[in-house]
Amino acid sequence: MTEVLPRLETRDADADVGGTRDPWLAVGLRVLTASPIGTIGGVILLFWAIVALFAPWLTAYPPNRIDYLLIADPYPSRAHWLGVDNLGRDMWSRIAHGARTVLTVAPIAVLTAAILGSILGLLAGYRGGWIDALITRIGDTMLAFPKIILYLIIIAKFGASAFNIIAVIGLTSAPIIARIVRAVTLDVKNRDYVAAARMRGESAAYIMLVEILPNVRGPLIVDFFLRLGYTTIAIGVLGFLGVGLPPPDPDWGGMVKETYGLLFVYPHMTLIPCLAISTLVIGFNFLATGLKEAGQDG
Amino acid sequence: MAETGDRVREWPMPDGATAPTTTAMLTLDGLGVEANGRRGSSRILQDVSFDIAPGEAFGLVGESGCGKSTVALAVMRYLGRGLSLTNGRILFEGRDVAAMATAELRALRGNRIAMVYQDPMSSLNPVMTIGRQLIEVPLLHGETDAAKARARAIAMLGEVRLPDATAMMERYPHQLSGGQQQRVVIAMALMAEPKLLIMDEPTTGLDVTIEAAILDLVTELRAKFGTAILFISHNLGTVARLCDRIGVLYAGRLVETGSIRDVFKAPAHPYTRGLLAALPEHKAPVAGGGHRRLSPIDGTLKAADRARTGCAFAPRCGHVEPVACETRPIALTAVMGDGAHMARCSRLAVVAAAKPSARTSMPAAAANRGQVLLALDKLSKRYDLTGRFGFTSGASIYALSDASMAARAGETLAIVGESGSGKSTLAKVVSGLIPATSGSATLRRAAPHSSAPGGRLREAESPGATEDTGALHTSAPGGRLPTGESPGAMQEEIGTVGVDQRSPDTRRRIQMVFQNPDSTLNPSHSIEFALTRPLRQQRGLSRADAKAEVLKLMERVRLPADLLRRKPHQLSGGQRQRVAVARALAGQPDLIIADEPVSALDVSVQAAIVNLLGELLETGDLALVLISHDLGLVRHMADWVAVMYLGRIVEYGPASQVFAAPFHPYTEALLEAAPKPDPDASAPAIVLKGNMPSPTERLAGCGFASRCPKKIEGVCEREMPPVRQFGAHTIACHRELSGGATTSV
Ligand SMILES: Nc1ncnc2c1ncn2[C@@H]1O[C@H](COP(=O)(O)OP(=O)(O)OP(=O)(O)O)[C@@H](O)[C@H]1O
Ligand code: SF4
Ligand code: SF4
Ligand SMILES: [Mg+2]
Repeated sequence: MTEVLPRLETRDADADVGGTRDPWLAVGLRVLTASPIGTIGGVILLFWAIVALFAPWLTAYPPNRIDYLLIADPYPSRAHWLGVDNLGRDMWSRIAHGARTVLTVAPIAVLTAAILGSILGLLAGYRGGWIDALITRIGDTMLAFPKIILYLIIIAKFGASAFNIIAVIGLTSAPIIARIVRAVTLDVKNRDYVAAARMRGESAAYIMLVEILPNVRGPLIVDFFLRLGYTTIAIGVLGFLGVGLPPPDPDWGGMVKETYGLLFVYPHMTLIPCLAISTLVIGFNFLATGLKEAGQDG
Repeated sequence: MAETGDRVREWPMPDGATAPTTTAMLTLDGLGVEANGRRGSSRILQDVSFDIAPGEAFGLVGESGCGKSTVALAVMRYLGRGLSLTNGRILFEGRDVAAMATAELRALRGNRIAMVYQDPMSSLNPVMTIGRQLIEVPLLHGETDAAKARARAIAMLGEVRLPDATAMMERYPHQLSGGQQQRVVIAMALMAEPKLLIMDEPTTGLDVTIEAAILDLVTELRAKFGTAILFISHNLGTVARLCDRIGVLYAGRLVETGSIRDVFKAPAHPYTRGLLAALPEHKAPVAGGGHRRLSPIDGTLKAADRARTGCAFAPRCGHVEPVACETRPIALTAVMGDGAHMARCSRLAVVAAAKPSARTSMPAAAANRGQVLLALDKLSKRYDLTGRFGFTSGASIYALSDASMAARAGETLAIVGESGSGKSTLAKVVSGLIPATSGSATLRRAAPHSSAPGGRLREAESPGATEDTGALHTSAPGGRLPTGESPGAMQEEIGTVGVDQRSPDTRRRIQMVFQNPDSTLNPSHSIEFALTRPLRQQRGLSRADAKAEVLKLMERVRLPADLLRRKPHQLSGGQRQRVAVARALAGQPDLIIADEPVSALDVSVQAAIVNLLGELLETGDLALVLISHDLGLVRHMADWVAVMYLGRIVEYGPASQVFAAPFHPYTEALLEAAPKPDPDASAPAIVLKGNMPSPTERLAGCGFASRCPKKIEGVCEREMPPVRQFGAHTIACHRELSGGATTSV
């Protein structure tokens, strides 16, 4: 699951020129440079990743320090680059720390979904029969539900916490991933190399995980980044509805929720977190598009 | 929207005033193509010059990776990313293709020049009906009347001899067989009435009968439309049959060119001589596996050879002389002063004086040879088609019916027949990928030094003809275990046992080599992994031992060890197939089922693999089941031949008898259709028309009746043909057996 990189090598690494396998990083760089849109996405994500990683060092104030005196003039200033919010908390610090939250919760949630979905998709595709029918039906039923309502029901029942958000996003995204994996599995399981593995007496688990799964990584990784985008939105929406990560820790959706009443008075308080969410989503989507393009002519 | 402009834009005809002075349809003049990658550039093609006159067929042969396809792509100006034309000119009707504007080019491609690729599916849109795809061609090229376009499409489908053209229009590509798909592609190419038709391995992987029909078709269409043809192939037989002239490409250079006759009769370049010598002799007596060797060309084509200043073939050439061959570029020189026959070799006289090396033949003496390792008895496989909701729809496909035959240690059992005749089903049943519906397949262990040397000696004393259809297995020589051997562990029923139920040892003993090099290896795994896994898993080797063994395997299949770290898509089709052979050998099997193992390989490599399989047989312990449509290969390899049609064995017997005196009309037709690498070989007298009927119903009579040229009216369709036995030779046919066949009794 970690070596999730689409095939990029051009048609034939020529018999003499090609040869050794490229290091992971080189392939990654090639992806990023293969398509301009992917490069833009990569740069945006790199920016947010650095911000999230070094938030404590990039910010001058703790994200939760309230300073009512600042509310008199909350606009961006030399001391507070992005201004302060309705409680006088430093916006830059809250945005940067909010990035940490999103960039931890979203990948873990999507990874959970990817693992769960891959297992289900492999089982359904490879085993077929009633297992397939069961998994497909349950998945379809789940997909028929409006997702946000599912989120609300589950979180209302189990409470708002990072763990519950991960669980709920993992569960609801798994059927889509299962669908992707199942489709590829149905194709790959009829290939001769799977027949060869069966003739060797390989176990079903081996065939699914070693022979089939690696061939799904192309579509899977593209979906992974697209899904990170959706998940960023979902986390934002949950935050906005007040069932996101519990306060006072900064959460971009929550920031919008707390300040949107002041939109016409102090627009920066609302617009800056909105902008943060949008750029991150755009970053994920662009990177996914770039990967797709790079994979296509690979 | 944007397309409408193109529809009306016609190709600017080379009008009388500026008519090209040259008579050639296509002229390649000193063509050079380079690949520029991140890691530097390399020459793919160098100084390739030839021309094709209108109505002429020029064959371009050479082994995989020598640049054949690149020539085709360069002509179409389709060179992909990283490839660029660096030298020379390509003139089409006297006009430089490189200088053409994009719009001109678009009008050229698919209109004046059409291309047919090896894989028909790459040219067909899977979600569009055949009809729509065909109709699109004239519509794209100026035709405005859809009804007319449709009429032309139907006519063209008839022209390429597809049955029931009107119904065919509504079908989707996947509903056609490979041969039919290729015909559709040819029809599509011809719809535009091209002046030049480029065919890149158009019949590779098709059945001989279909291949023969397609070659016939192309010859006929060429005469009819006066189309010039650039025919790319690695099969010298098809080139000999179809083309007027030939060019031999090696490492991106044309090493020999001339008329078919000159080149085949008096090959001048050592590479061409090697290619021709590597072929199984189509006139030689049937030998059987393990007895005779082909002469492969030593070494492999390395990409580095393309960069050589001197002769690219030098590392593999037996006549190499450092100063003459390797210091300076070698130009094409006329062979014996004949300007039409040229070769790129600086030592033509020396080479011409040398005698072709004699084919080595090995004595074959092994104790176990001839012992039955696998005996099939009335093995049948019926697929019940499932309808909606998983219920059986009642329809069944009788893919394999009552197949009885035996594979013997140290010998090759060849299974021939057109696609869809059930060959692969048989392979899958034996390998356990799909269990049989009824009948039995018994896997036996060769008894060391058993006194009964299998069936071969007993042929003579076999009882004569019996009319009993069931007699095959009882009287087939060697069909029974020599008495006195203990059963139990010695034999095991595998016919109806799926691979998952078989014991690990049984699984190890049967291995398979698959046909399609694209799907035989997992694209995600390195070659090393593909070979190491079976070694570790089936033979329990340690990591270090497996590593050493992998190197040995690579050597055996003549692959350089530096390929180990590559992924399959970085290998040529031929290399992939060799890896597949190595993988099958990894478990040290007793029985190898090779389903068209070399149909994707180059002649020189084929010879090496065929020799390799022959060597394996040499030990006398391994049995080979060879499924092939290459009758030259079957003739070379087979000890026993089973001819299949519509799921049934129509003729079975020792190869020498089947080839010498084929009796069954289907066997005759197959043998006729096989392309022979001999410009003097006569065109096949019998070309089968039509297709094999679909095996969904049990026919009352002979399955071949719908195509049989010797059908007995009123009898053949109604009654099941009797299986008659002449010694070891069985034939299922109603025809009265005349003299020849019965004399063996
Ligand atoms: N885009 C590319 N970049 C670099 N090298 C390439 C590229 N395309 C082809 N080659 C190299 O050019 C050589 C000739 O390729 P080509 O496909 O013409 O061979 P071929 O004779 O048609 O082989 P085959 O019979 O296997 O199809 C090969 O060694 C291949 O590695
Ligand atoms: S030039 Fe020399 S090395 Fe090349 S084919 Fe001729 S004899 Fe052999
Ligand atoms: S039984 Fe009749 S139709 Fe069948 S092969 Fe013999 S002659 Fe032809
Ligand atoms: Mg090619």
